[in-house]
Amino acid sequence: MEILLAILIGLLYSAGVYLLLRRSILKFIIGIIFMSNATNLLVFLSAGIIPGKPVFIGQETETVLQTDPLPQALVLTAIVIGFGIVVFTLALKYKFFNTTGTDDLDQLKKTDS
Amino acid sequence: MNVIALPILFPLVLIILLIFIRSKKIAGLISIFASLVLLAISLYLLQLVIKQEVIVIQMGGWEAPYGISLVLDYLSAIMLVVSAFIILTISLYAFRFIKNENFGSRFYVFFFSITMGLNGAFITGDVFNLYVWFEVILLSSFVLITLGNRKEQLEGGIKYMALNLIGSLFFLAGLGLLYGNTGTLNMAHLAQILQDDQQSLLMNTSAMLFFVAFGIKAAIFPLFFWLPSSYHTPNISVSALFAGLLTKVGVYALIRFFTLFFVQDQVFWHNLLLILAGFTMVIGGMAASTHYETRRILSYHIISQIGYMIMGLGIFTPLAIAGSIFFTVHNMIAKTNTFLVAGLVSKLKGTYYLKNIGGLYKENPVLAILFIIPAFALAGIPPLSGFFAKFILIKAGIEDGHYIITTVAILTSLLTLYSMIKIWNEAFLKKQPESTDMMLQSKLGFLDLFPSILLGAASILLGLFASQIFELTLNAANQLINPEHYIKTVLHLLP
Repeated sequence: MEILLAILIGLLYSAGVYLLLRRSILKFIIGIIFMSNATNLLVFLSAGIIPGKPVFIGQETETVLQTDPLPQALVLTAIVIGFGIVVFTLALKYKFFNTTGTDDLDQLKKTDS
Repeated sequence: MNVIALPILFPLVLIILLIFIRSKKIAGLISIFASLVLLAISLYLLQLVIKQEVIVIQMGGWEAPYGISLVLDYLSAIMLVVSAFIILTISLYAFRFIKNENFGSRFYVFFFSITMGLNGAFITGDVFNLYVWFEVILLSSFVLITLGNRKEQLEGGIKYMALNLIGSLFFLAGLGLLYGNTGTLNMAHLAQILQDDQQSLLMNTSAMLFFVAFGIKAAIFPLFFWLPSSYHTPNISVSALFAGLLTKVGVYALIRFFTLFFVQDQVFWHNLLLILAGFTMVIGGMAASTHYETRRILSYHIISQIGYMIMGLGIFTPLAIAGSIFFTVHNMIAKTNTFLVAGLVSKLKGTYYLKNIGGLYKENPVLAILFIIPAFALAGIPPLSGFFAKFILIKAGIEDGHYIITTVAILTSLLTLYSMIKIWNEAFLKKQPESTDMMLQSKLGFLDLFPSILLGAASILLGLFASQIFELTLNAANQLINPEHYIKTVLHLLP
């Protein structure tokens, strides 16, 4: 299970980086979504997962094989924050498209020179 | 000691209150009054810290490594006081300067949410909690930078958003690996575990991820590109707020992490920090000298000055860290002030472009004096604050044998001086170019100048009382380098 998840994380990261390097702003945002999901999975996985064991245990269960609940709580928080940010970026992109009519990152040179 | 949660809770109450207030004027008055209260709270906390050194509360009553602890030590308290002071001056300034903007009282809502985020980041003793505060800062700064919906603002906003979001992802990934390695996120507990940790390879992976994340926030050398392409777009009050406070949170986090628990493999990290500090100084300073737009020159300057703060961290002696903290304090005050003066100049002349303005020295000598104070402070002319800040850093560099970075730091001062003289010559000494129309002339009242006078006075006082401030920062540095007391207080190991 760990190996499968690790491969998935790698795939999501590479897809995300590929999309970040595209010229379209929308693709950039989708890339950010991919990367943030990959990061969430990384946090989830890094503490080690033990399949089929509950987080909260009664007194008779062995404590050694208990799943660590903290990373799940962290990931939950991170997902919620991620949603908020994606909504904002999409709104920004919409507004930008309405004012300038372009989705091309190469056109964004006015504030640099 | 529940009082140390006040710098977070008080802005929260204000945010909720300000949502319901539609009038810009009333919101402005509330925010001025509230920032005065916030400054009073911060000063009270600083005085408490001087008495007790480290103050801790455990949120929700969960004991230290399991719950979230809020920790106040010298560094946090100093940062709280200075940022509360900056917040006060900006709210005074914004009261006059967002009058003609098309956004209503919403500015103040996000102004205080950024304040809450900053205070939270300074106080928290938990890595994940720090991440959450960073996101609070980030989201409110997104809104502030795009408030007004001008075309450049949206463009700058996209650039600002892009790199900072990637920075957050790095932060989260580093945090995940750190938790996987150590099983804790409490900073004091991490310090205790990593004190005698030999697996520096594993730790360096997550340390590097954190370094990149904070490096993007602090705008150090290869990661600063978002800053100069976005800071000059929003309303000048917002630019000044960002210039004074945002990058410094990144520096604060770097200092906190790399003194408290990422202390293994020191040779590698300190060399890396010193090299990047040198590049940051020089490239920021050189880029500033090619521009003719005040806010751009000043934006590149922010980057250049970040180099000095990182340099102190790289030298890593108590004196050097004290120099870093002193420099951060001085820079927050002086840098905000230069932005405020740039705003005043543009209100008078209607533009930020240096080629189109001139003759201000004759027209408005008070403004000239107000500019010269922070400009000389930044360049490091005695007896202003910058001189002592640089003097401490350079002394620490020579004492510890880092001659190259010390030379670079001294030469960069000349670059800073050059840019400041350029603004001075172009805006104040040169005759007003004839081609520009003088229709935009408007008068500056005392209320416009007042925030800048406050900050200028602070720069001078920092210079005059340098020994007292230095003692305070040296206490902070000693506490950072020997974190035993910090760890024991947070984890309740003291008898």
